[in-house]
Amino acid sequence: MSITVRQIRTGLNGDEAVAYAVKHANVDVISAYPITPQTIIVERLSEFVYNGELDAEFIPVESEHSALSAALGASLAGARVFTATASQGLALMYEILYITSSLRAPVVMALGNRAFSAPINIHCSHDDAYAARDAGWIQFFAETVQEAYDLTLIAYRVSEDRDVLLPSIINLDGFILTHSVEPLNIFADSEEVSRFLPERKPVNPIDPDNPITYGPLALPDYYMEIKRQQAEAIYSSKPIINRVFEEYKEFSGRRYSPLKTLYIDDAETIFVLLGSTAGTIRHMVRKWRRENKRVGVVSLTLYRPFPEEELIEAIKDAKNIVVMDRSFSYGSPGGQLFMDVSSTLLKYGLSPRILNVIYGLGGRDFTPDLAEKALHLVVETDEKIVWLGVRG
Amino acid sequence: MVKWPNKWMELPIGGVINVPATSVDVKTGTWRSHRPVVNLDKCIKCLMCWVSCPDNSIIRLDDDYVDVDYYHCKGCGICANVCPTDAIDMVEEGGI
Repeated sequence: MSITVRQIRTGLNGDEAVAYAVKHANVDVISAYPITPQTIIVERLSEFVYNGELDAEFIPVESEHSALSAALGASLAGARVFTATASQGLALMYEILYITSSLRAPVVMALGNRAFSAPINIHCSHDDAYAARDAGWIQFFAETVQEAYDLTLIAYRVSEDRDVLLPSIINLDGFILTHSVEPLNIFADSEEVSRFLPERKPVNPIDPDNPITYGPLALPDYYMEIKRQQAEAIYSSKPIINRVFEEYKEFSGRRYSPLKTLYIDDAETIFVLLGSTAGTIRHMVRKWRRENKRVGVVSLTLYRPFPEEELIEAIKDAKNIVVMDRSFSYGSPGGQLFMDVSSTLLKYGLSPRILNVIYGLGGRDFTPDLAEKALHLVVETDEKIVWLGVRG
Repeated sequence: MVKWPNKWMELPIGGVINVPATSVDVKTGTWRSHRPVVNLDKCIKCLMCWVSCPDNSIIRLDDDYVDVDYYHCKGCGICANVCPTDAIDMVEEGGI
């Protein structure tokens, strides 16, 4: 493939960008709960279906538990499916998250990352993404609206690959990406996209003429073998994800990798984080470099499977690591990404100074001043966990 | 009969069972604490046990007498309970 594909420069918010990607992926079934905390993603998709722009079944269900259940059933029947949710909706899906990945259904879901209640809050935290981290789904994090569009198309290719067959979540920061308009390139139509993402060829689809059993009982005799297989499946998806990134680059001209780095080669201090705040840190890193401060940044596009080799390669020579969590794991040694990074470092025999920054909960702004403070704290103090931008 | 896999890599993806009607291959007879034993001298061929068995474990013979499929019978005792002539005894496993 070469870059002869027709693309359109336009402006969309993150929700609309994902909706266009789903339309361009030519999905068969969209199943979603249509009320709060739902985003505009499925609102746009329902319009596409109603207008006849997208030939798909739109199922507006009565809860997120049912949304994912219906998506799972349709996926096992062989359809290309989509659902979307956020915060409390993800919490209500929780039971079916595990069943979807365990039955190896390539469902693709967009997650507009929002804070869990209480207090009630509809703004950005990564609580929902982290809540799903153990559920066996592949997870991507978008930093921009463009990435939200691209990663949605990439997720279908990865999930439906016969050597993967796992569901994917595309995380996009609530409001910061979901409701902000940014310029981006989208493809002209689904016919154009079908060159990258052809029709799904399901493995073991439900078919009344050839009956099979999904979700049988496996007691102590076989449960553990099936879980072992699932663990292997998500680890083994990484080379396939890398291959799809490569193919997408040839198709679209846009390059993706499990993590993005800036100025890491000689960095004494490296920030590690997820989501849209990477843009703020990258801006600060450029400023710090002008001040001759050796700081770099690593942001993870791929969160599960955790890109541990790539991360270690990026941060192995740094003296100080700042791990930023937009959530907290209450009663744990630190935030969730902090635990991921810390255990990866230990696994590879490294022990740099690590500072865990808790920031931006419930949509609280993370400003350049707070980034300055984080850099000061990691170099000048031995604080382990700091909540930045909090009163007191 | 199903060939039971020995290694985790040999299991079908997602634990799917990609042929139908494999439940007959699963030996559920090991769950039993009491086994039904039919006394044909008392049997009047009413087939109440055959109708009532929840697991199709009463075998209807050509002459309408009955036998028990011990590979699947879980020993629930419904057959003994519904028998109008008490022709089925529930005998403790290991005792015979």
